[in-house]
Amino acid sequence: MAGTPSNHPSMFKNPVLNWVNDRFPLTALIKTSATDYYAPKNFNFWYYFGSLALLVLVLQIVTGIFLTMNYKPDAAYAFGSVEYIMRDVDYGWLIRYMHSTGASMFFVVVYLHMCRGLMYGSYRQPRELTWIFGMLIYLCLMAEAFFGYLLPWGQMSFWGAQVIVNIFSAIPFIGPELAVWIRGDYSIGDATLNRFFAFHVIALPLVLLGLVAAHLIALHETGSNNPDGVEINKGPKGNRWSKDAPADGIPFHPYYTVKDIFGVVVFLMIFTAIVFFLPEMGGYFLEYNNFVPADPLKTPAHIAPVWYFTPYYSILRAVPPMFGSQFPGVIGMGLSVMIFFALPWLDRGAVKSIRYRGNLYKAFFAMFIVCFIVLGYLGVKPTSVWGQFGDWAKFLDTRDIATWGARLLTIGYFAFFFLMPWYTKADKTKPEPARVTMH
Amino acid sequence: MSEPINTSRRRTVIAATAVPGALTGAAIVAPFVATLAPSERAKAAGAPVEVDLSNLKPGEKKTVEWRGKVVWILKRTAEQIAALEKIPASQLSDAESKKSIQPDYVNAKTRSISPDLVVMQGVCTHLGCSPTEKATPGELGNDWPGGFYCACHGSKFDMAGRVFTGSPAPTNLVIPPHKIDGMKLVIGIGQDGKEA
Repeated sequence: MAGTPSNHPSMFKNPVLNWVNDRFPLTALIKTSATDYYAPKNFNFWYYFGSLALLVLVLQIVTGIFLTMNYKPDAAYAFGSVEYIMRDVDYGWLIRYMHSTGASMFFVVVYLHMCRGLMYGSYRQPRELTWIFGMLIYLCLMAEAFFGYLLPWGQMSFWGAQVIVNIFSAIPFIGPELAVWIRGDYSIGDATLNRFFAFHVIALPLVLLGLVAAHLIALHETGSNNPDGVEINKGPKGNRWSKDAPADGIPFHPYYTVKDIFGVVVFLMIFTAIVFFLPEMGGYFLEYNNFVPADPLKTPAHIAPVWYFTPYYSILRAVPPMFGSQFPGVIGMGLSVMIFFALPWLDRGAVKSIRYRGNLYKAFFAMFIVCFIVLGYLGVKPTSVWGQFGDWAKFLDTRDIATWGARLLTIGYFAFFFLMPWYTKADKTKPEPARVTMH
Repeated sequence: MSEPINTSRRRTVIAATAVPGALTGAAIVAPFVATLAPSERAKAAGAPVEVDLSNLKPGEKKTVEWRGKVVWILKRTAEQIAALEKIPASQLSDAESKKSIQPDYVNAKTRSISPDLVVMQGVCTHLGCSPTEKATPGELGNDWPGGFYCACHGSKFDMAGRVFTGSPAPTNLVIPPHKIDGMKLVIGIGQDGKEA
């Protein structure tokens, strides 16, 4: 911070540090982003997941770099090279299982991080851009996961990519040409694998890192929200470190760095337990059909995306074709992801945090969480999972109970968003406290 | 003494540099976009495929690859042909194949040049999975006349690749251009001599 005497470039006894500070704002950066950056003192369990997401990102980049040293992005060699990594490369299995477990854990952490944002209203004014950058990170992550999933060139890789790329061919008029352009061939093949590799290992990680930087810069501009949803910057000033700092803030370093390190230790215990004992997670992290090399002539009996895509996949399946086109399902799926961007403007609540919301909001929120989870469950199962309606249902377009269930849940999913302007306003909120509750 | 700023001249100069600059930018992007399209090698690999039909018996199916897509060659039995006619049009989304892709020289209902031999892409018109053969009547419930079932999203087709109502697939399975010359089938060149 300019003007504070402690920030004078030549303040240290260490001449090297002074030399650096004269040329690069090292000490100033550490101060503004950590030791003099005040975060609300009432962070709870839910505030671990931001730093954990960063940890998993670093893990994915490091393990990914080492995987590329032995992987071959060629339709003839890709499957074999992954098996080679697993069997013949020293500790190759460990690196690969860390990367595959990391992919799923990334989504676990990000979903919990987003859930935190929903509960405490972190997306609301003035943090709309932090939320939007976060959503872009989420989209980027989905693309990254999708591209990466093709690389082992197993049956699920191939047919998963086939289905997703064909989603684009459902777009009216330009669809089929667009799908050919994306694949670089008339069907998923070597050209597709090669370009997905390029996107997965270089293009998207670069975008992802840029977005993470933007997410953090925007966050540090407004300061963090907290479980009470009240602004510490609007509260009283003066704490034991500075008389200008918010009274309810504590320096990010050392307080939250230490807290986050504790979270990292617990997370790594779970993470390594999965890597060593449950890397396939019963077919949810690594699908069994993917241990069979890609065969363009034979679709596996049951194909489902990896668990983190299944809520959206369920919505795609649930929307019936209209006017002889499957495009409505594609729109439904696209909208179910994109609608999150609009959250800051859909929410008209008088308070931010779920702690002070009324029962109406809580009911809608609970319904949304149930819809999301059950849609996710249905997405990994065939549509016959809940059996069929009897003969009385002949007039329906499908008798699969699960399809009708998914349709109902899809309506519930969208009701959370589309009715939000109404129910957040009609909600009987409790008064927000003037300061965070743990001061 | 500095001159006063001539804002209109400044605007003209900005436009005169920004517009060609944007055009140049677009021109630079174009080749990058073009590299993603199928290469000449990929296009050349889309050549017609020849299949020998002499050993194909009634009730048998042959699977070949044409342009990276599954193509089924199916010799239907007399019972299967008869069963096709019994399916009421109300159970089919596109009984007359009006919305579906098929060449003019195939029969709209049997979807084949001769009644028994049907050539179709084994690619679901929903999202491109390859359906599984469920040729035995009754295999998928009592009223099942025999056909194909797509395990991905539950689309059902009859033995002519016509989609049943209630399936997510919007249209019938695609019939590729093909011609039959005695015991020789060519996929990729039509009976009318047109190349795909």
